[in-house]
Amino acid sequence: MRHTSQTLFDKLWSSHEIARREDGAALLFVDRHFVHEGSFHGFSQIKARGRKVAEPNLTFGVADHYVPTHDRDKAIANPEIAEMVRKLEQNTIDNGVTLFGLRDRRQGIVHVVGPEQGLTLPGLLIVCGDSHTSTHGAFGTYAFGIGASEVAHVLMTQTLWQKKPKRMRITVDGQTGAGIAAKDIALAIIAHIHADGAQGHAIEYAGSAIRALSMEGRLTLCNLSIEAGGRCGMVAPDATTFAYIKGRPYAPQGELFERAVEDWSRLPSDADAEFDREVSLDAGAIAPVVTWGTTPDDALPIDASAPDPARETDEARASYIRDALDYMAIRPGMKLTDVAIDRVFIGSCTNARIEDLRAAAAVLAGRRSKVPGLVSPGSSLVKSQAEQEGLDRIFRDAGLEWAESGCSMCVGINGDLVPEGERCASTTNRNFKGRQGRGARTHLMSPAMVAAAAVSGHLADVRPMLAGRKV
Amino acid sequence: MDNFTRLTATACPLPQPNINTDAILPARFLKWPRDKGLGSVLFNDIRRDADGNELADFPLNKPAWRNAQILIAGRNFGGGSSREAAVYAVYDYGIRCVIAPSFGDIFAQNSVKNGLLTAAVSDAEAAELAAAVAADPSRAVTVDLDEQTITCGNRTYSFAIDPVSKNQLLNGWDDVDLTESFRQKIEDYREADRQSRPWAAIGR
Ligand code: SF4
Repeated sequence: MRHTSQTLFDKLWSSHEIARREDGAALLFVDRHFVHEGSFHGFSQIKARGRKVAEPNLTFGVADHYVPTHDRDKAIANPEIAEMVRKLEQNTIDNGVTLFGLRDRRQGIVHVVGPEQGLTLPGLLIVCGDSHTSTHGAFGTYAFGIGASEVAHVLMTQTLWQKKPKRMRITVDGQTGAGIAAKDIALAIIAHIHADGAQGHAIEYAGSAIRALSMEGRLTLCNLSIEAGGRCGMVAPDATTFAYIKGRPYAPQGELFERAVEDWSRLPSDADAEFDREVSLDAGAIAPVVTWGTTPDDALPIDASAPDPARETDEARASYIRDALDYMAIRPGMKLTDVAIDRVFIGSCTNARIEDLRAAAAVLAGRRSKVPGLVSPGSSLVKSQAEQEGLDRIFRDAGLEWAESGCSMCVGINGDLVPEGERCASTTNRNFKGRQGRGARTHLMSPAMVAAAAVSGHLADVRPMLAGRKV
Repeated sequence: MDNFTRLTATACPLPQPNINTDAILPARFLKWPRDKGLGSVLFNDIRRDADGNELADFPLNKPAWRNAQILIAGRNFGGGSSREAAVYAVYDYGIRCVIAPSFGDIFAQNSVKNGLLTAAVSDAEAAELAAAVAADPSRAVTVDLDEQTITCGNRTYSFAIDPVSKNQLLNGWDDVDLTESFRQKIEDYREADRQSRPWAAIGR
């Protein structure tokens, strides 16, 4: 029989396919299902059917979206927010589901907690009612966000109907310059293919610059797949992946771990496997990137100027640029380094892991921030590690607030909002109008670039600030 | 869920690209249970000012389109977060079909589960349709799912939708019932999977 070459994604897909319908939809088995406060719609749906969670052992609850980042020892002041956190507690208790709740030392943002606990493994299929579930793909995992009806379906059956996405490979070869982070690579990719460039596709990131990334960097990269429109993003597992997983609380141990590594080593795409689409970028050409507009593909190198609609030939594009610049209060053609900021935020499932905090701290050490800002670690465990390393002191000494872990100002539903009209340099993933609060203006960038903006009071190139520093 | 076959209705143009789920339903309304009526806050922050007054310029606020059941949007409609409540807001407002050059993947999947049709046409066709109804709001648009056509005046366009979504919308299928009929296959899969991926189980 002829051997047919398969991509990483093909292998993940076929190992989860239970059945296929005539119209092409496949029933897939779900290995891990994460729920958070926002999953209440899904729980209401199953309750309305008089049903319970089918596989409580494969379901994990995490309190992140609505949790306060201050005064955790006190009761939550806002009754509506308190109710969201309480509902998650109740739904997980009623169904025998493990919860990393508000006062659990393992609490954190769902896409940080999964990998940290060893729940995220290569070769698994992971879903969560959150679009940034793509993050977990960093391990060579098929991970994607689903809506409430699908959450209910998974809760009741531990399976999901899906149509197989197309396969897209994004290759980044070469060596990135000093001060360039995974976030810069991701934003450069999104700017290149656009916010809907990967729609309907499963992305595999490949190339020497990707292989060189740590797990933290790969998580950031895969996290942002959704901002390129991708259904999911993934990196083939390798020695970096296995070393990260080894010894984590929920990871396989001993002989089972050895067996797993053997199996995982067969996951990478076969050498001659074909993709439906190929894109490639040169790592050496990537500069620190910031966004200027209201979608993540409005991204430019820091030394560039904002676009000028008058120079656009396409009228629809010109009108889009006018609207985005207007919302962002940026003059056409203005140098990006002239854009003054009002505050900074370091946090979110994109960039709040220990390496992210170290990168920001390396810039802030011995310096003061010119603007107020909030630092919310990706998980409570990341928070204690950072404190052991003394990073909290660096942030505090710089004048920034050191807070508890949660989604916080990424989406603002816990009350951490950017005030109307203010401009925030942010390590998050969405610069949509109103994302960080009504009328708030968001510039996306890497943690080191946020630190550089904090120190400068305006968008700034971090590279000169790193001279003589260990990063 | 309600099925979708054919609809003739007023169509409202909303031609900006990238109207994401944060714009469709701002995050602060995600706490609302559905029975509170999410239709009332559809597009809230682009439809009303900070004091809650309607912005006269926003198409859905114009008398001619207030009761539109079809939206003609720009590319990448519904990109962004996975919030299904964005679909609830669109549906609860009374809209049954969104026509656009492209949709956020998760938004499109969520729409199918709720009986909302997302019909994909080319950029040029979307622009043409939007211009036609902007010129004459009283001109009804007919969307036929079985035929995969959109008719506006004397022009007919075909639209794309994947066969899986089409099937489900036409039949108003409930996934869970369907899945239950695969019980045995699921059991067989799990049996075999325990051998092939013993490490996939929870490690403790
Ligand atoms: S940090 Fe932001 S993007 Fe990540 S899960 Fe929370 S709200 Fe979503």
